[in-house]
Amino acid sequence: MLLAVLCGFVAALFAPLGFRRFPLWAGRFAPLLPLGLFLFFLSHIGPVSRGEPVVVTAPWIPSLGIDFALYLDGLGMLFALLVTGIGFLIFLYTPAYLGGDRRQGTLFAWLFAFMAAMLGTTLAGNLITLFVFWELTGLCSYLLIGFDHEAEGSRSAALQALLVTGGGGLALLAGFLLLGGVVGSMELPVLLASGDLVRNHPLYLPILLLLLGGAFTKSAQFPFHFWLPNAMAAPTPISAYLHSATMVKLGIYLLARFSPVLAGTELWLALVAGVGGLTMLVGGILAVLEHDLKRILAWSTVSALGILTLLLGVGTPAAITAAILLLLTHALYKSSLFLVAGALDHGAGSRDTRQLGGLARRMPWLAVAAILAALAMAGLPPLFGFITKESIYAALFLSPWEPLLLTGLMLAANGLMVTVAVITGLGPFLGKGAPALAAYHPLPPTLWLAPLLPAALGLLLGLVPNMVAPLLLRPAIAVVQAAPVNTVLALWHGFNFELLLSAATLVVGLLIVLSRRRLLALLPASWQEGGFTQDGGFVLLLRALLRGARLQTIIVQNGRLRYYLMATIGVAMGSMGLTFLESGGLPGSLAWPSGYLHEWLAAGIIVAGALTVTVTDSRLGAVVALGTVGYGVSLVYILYGAPDLAMTQFCIETLAIVLFVLVLYRLPLFTLLSTPVVRLRDACMAAAIGGLMTLLMFYVLAQPLVPHVSDFFLANSLPAAHGRNVVNVILVDFRALDTLGEIVVLAVAALGVFGLMQSRRSDGEGK
Amino acid sequence: MSSIILSTTIRLLLPLLLLFSVFLLLRGHNEPGGGFVGGLVAAAAISLYALAEGVEAAHRILIVNPRQLIAGGLLTALGSGIIPLFLGRPFQSGLWLPHSLPVLGHVGTPLLFDLGVYLLVAGMALLIVLSLMEEE
Amino acid sequence: MESVFAVVVGILYATGLYLMVRRSIVKTIFGLALLGNGANLLIFTVGRLSAGRPPYVPIGALEPLPPVADPLPQALILTAIVIGFGVQAFALVLIKQVFQTVGSDDVDEMTTTDRIADDGGQG
Repeated sequence: MLLAVLCGFVAALFAPLGFRRFPLWAGRFAPLLPLGLFLFFLSHIGPVSRGEPVVVTAPWIPSLGIDFALYLDGLGMLFALLVTGIGFLIFLYTPAYLGGDRRQGTLFAWLFAFMAAMLGTTLAGNLITLFVFWELTGLCSYLLIGFDHEAEGSRSAALQALLVTGGGGLALLAGFLLLGGVVGSMELPVLLASGDLVRNHPLYLPILLLLLGGAFTKSAQFPFHFWLPNAMAAPTPISAYLHSATMVKLGIYLLARFSPVLAGTELWLALVAGVGGLTMLVGGILAVLEHDLKRILAWSTVSALGILTLLLGVGTPAAITAAILLLLTHALYKSSLFLVAGALDHGAGSRDTRQLGGLARRMPWLAVAAILAALAMAGLPPLFGFITKESIYAALFLSPWEPLLLTGLMLAANGLMVTVAVITGLGPFLGKGAPALAAYHPLPPTLWLAPLLPAALGLLLGLVPNMVAPLLLRPAIAVVQAAPVNTVLALWHGFNFELLLSAATLVVGLLIVLSRRRLLALLPASWQEGGFTQDGGFVLLLRALLRGARLQTIIVQNGRLRYYLMATIGVAMGSMGLTFLESGGLPGSLAWPSGYLHEWLAAGIIVAGALTVTVTDSRLGAVVALGTVGYGVSLVYILYGAPDLAMTQFCIETLAIVLFVLVLYRLPLFTLLSTPVVRLRDACMAAAIGGLMTLLMFYVLAQPLVPHVSDFFLANSLPAAHGRNVVNVILVDFRALDTLGEIVVLAVAALGVFGLMQSRRSDGEGK
Repeated sequence: MSSIILSTTIRLLLPLLLLFSVFLLLRGHNEPGGGFVGGLVAAAAISLYALAEGVEAAHRILIVNPRQLIAGGLLTALGSGIIPLFLGRPFQSGLWLPHSLPVLGHVGTPLLFDLGVYLLVAGMALLIVLSLMEEE
Repeated sequence: MESVFAVVVGILYATGLYLMVRRSIVKTIFGLALLGNGANLLIFTVGRLSAGRPPYVPIGALEPLPPVADPLPQALILTAIVIGFGVQAFALVLIKQVFQTVGSDDVDEMTTTDRIADDGGQG
């Protein structure tokens, strides 16, 4: 199973090469991978449907105790089959849709990677795995929306989707970490079993809000719904795959997956059901105001996601059943409708519903697919969509919370869905042909086969619903509900209230269809063209952020080295000083120094040299004084038992003076550039820091010395390393790796000097 | 910058100083000295020679150019660390010949490492000083 | 004697930092050098100053006879001295080149690279 999840990434690596070398055959072979994976997951359906999850664990970051865990249960199975099944259709469809686009290989690489990431997310067995794959899907989505990267619109839509879902991803990570902390484990099975613990924990509220933040952004719930229609800048098969059938369902997956842990509280009901209900209405209303096929479908996807969220929010067994049914139905009919829209774009050259019409005779199979999908969307018998719609009504009517209100709202939302179904599924194919379509050309077979398959499956499932119910749907429902269920689906329930509601839905939908023209005409002229972007707030926020960043850059990055230096040192010293103060000052008093005269002399030489360097205005004087400091330090090394250091310091000082003399007369004279006030300020700052360093040293010196490390070196120098000079033994034996690093630094510094000289020389020659 | 006294002195001193630098390197493991100091002394000697006789002459004495010294030093130091790997020991573990050699004394990979340090430090100092002198 | 050298280190830090925040760019190198000496002396002093005995194993003994100077700070400082030289040389050459290119030694006039590029274009 590990291989099944990861092979998509491998395929992604080889896709660009494959499509460049063998464009035709690569396109033919690509669909075989999702098909094979589909069959692979199907082969596991037996044990999974009996409630025995398949678990695979491999060590990933052992030092952090993080495993790469996969967990295939009923819910995961449903998603895995959707991802690979719809994936197969998309892979079948895309080569013909793109024609001979030379970037096909790149597109397929992202698609393969996306499929793998989707599988990883839905089959993840712990929170870390889930999060990593979750973010990977967002990244692939970014790359796929921005596939047409030469268009400004695509780029900004891609960035918007990335920012919104990425921001949600961060919230999700924070929520996961809190959740993991509360439960004490990141493993999914453990989490699923600790619902009561989490619900009664004081951190329940932040966990819930953060997780919902992740779910709502990914699934485009209000007020994050604006990114999804903009994402339609992606090629149509991408929209069908990512932005209707799979990726946007991840938020729903998250809600469903963590229902056993988080659901069942008032807060959950209010937040999830409330947001879902609002989203379904907003999406539905905006959908019927649009004219572009893809945008209509996108808004109706938002609406459907809203319904799913609402149902999961209500959370009764009936509602969960309805949600799982809708998940499947929606994936089937919406991917089909998107692919139809793509085929229309390809074959008829337009996606505008006002221009399309009467194409049934020219594209008979596409028409069949579209009409079947539209009927499923409208929820007409004998399609699976009908069963779904009946179960939604049944669930809401028995909802413990505002049943009448919810049912009424759902009636409106479903009525709008009927309208969308008529506009997108029937409109382009029935009625009079529009004269403007000169661009018509016949379709390659895969372009109508791919939408036809899921639409036909919707019909098949409607006729024999109990074929999949026990194998696929029941286990998924059981996982979300955390209790075994015995759902039985039937097309015909007899004459009851749900049937009445279904009929009412149709009437409402048809009424909207009939009055749509007139209603649209009543709207302000600027609304007539559709193309609603709901991202005003987002754009403002982004602009404000950029302005803030610019302002901050002007203040903080003022380009003056010494202010950076002051800030850096100031912060370091300030924090050290605070620590010093907190520790309560000096731990004891130091003995008054009692050194010999020559020791005082060495100290005096250093101080005198340093002060001279600071105040002198002669360059040569400064060099000489600096040399004095160096030789003074070397004297200190001699006095206190460090002849190696003294020799090295002596040589270095000599070389440094040679260097200074060589360069000195090419350097500017010392000039006084600062005002006396500034000099005084700097002097005070420098004195304060120097004093602090002295204090810190007093502090350290008053502590007893703990020379464990040195003792080891002293004791082992001769026996273990055959050397009597312990300093040298440390350098070339005990800590030779450090020395190796240091000499590399030296080599780099020398080459840097050399490079600077060379570049100057070549500049000079250039002139 | 040509003075007869300096150039005469340095001609006499150069071999002595170079010998002294090698001496420092070799005895570094047991007495004050080592690759760092040795390399610096060698570099200082050749720098003085360059001051007296000119950069060209210094380059002639060096035979190889300082960048090659740096590269050679780095490779020697790295090689001394790699040798133990062939004998199944960890990187940079010290290996010693069982008996002392005449002149060199006790020989092992740490000495080789120190030789690398010597070459690199000398190369670094010379590269900096000589390329600055060439600008004159 | 440690306390005296603590004061000396403080003075080296103060003078070094004062020079480093000057507007005249040459002074920053001197500041850098003083700061390097200060840091080395700091490590040396914190490892305690013990007059006399360097950390060598006398002939015939297996390990040095206490009291002996701490070898670890010495090893740290030894490489630091040489690296400090490398950094100093690099800074020196860099500043020389900058001065020759920009024609100014005022750090505050080096806030942007654009002007240099323009000048280069005109020259």
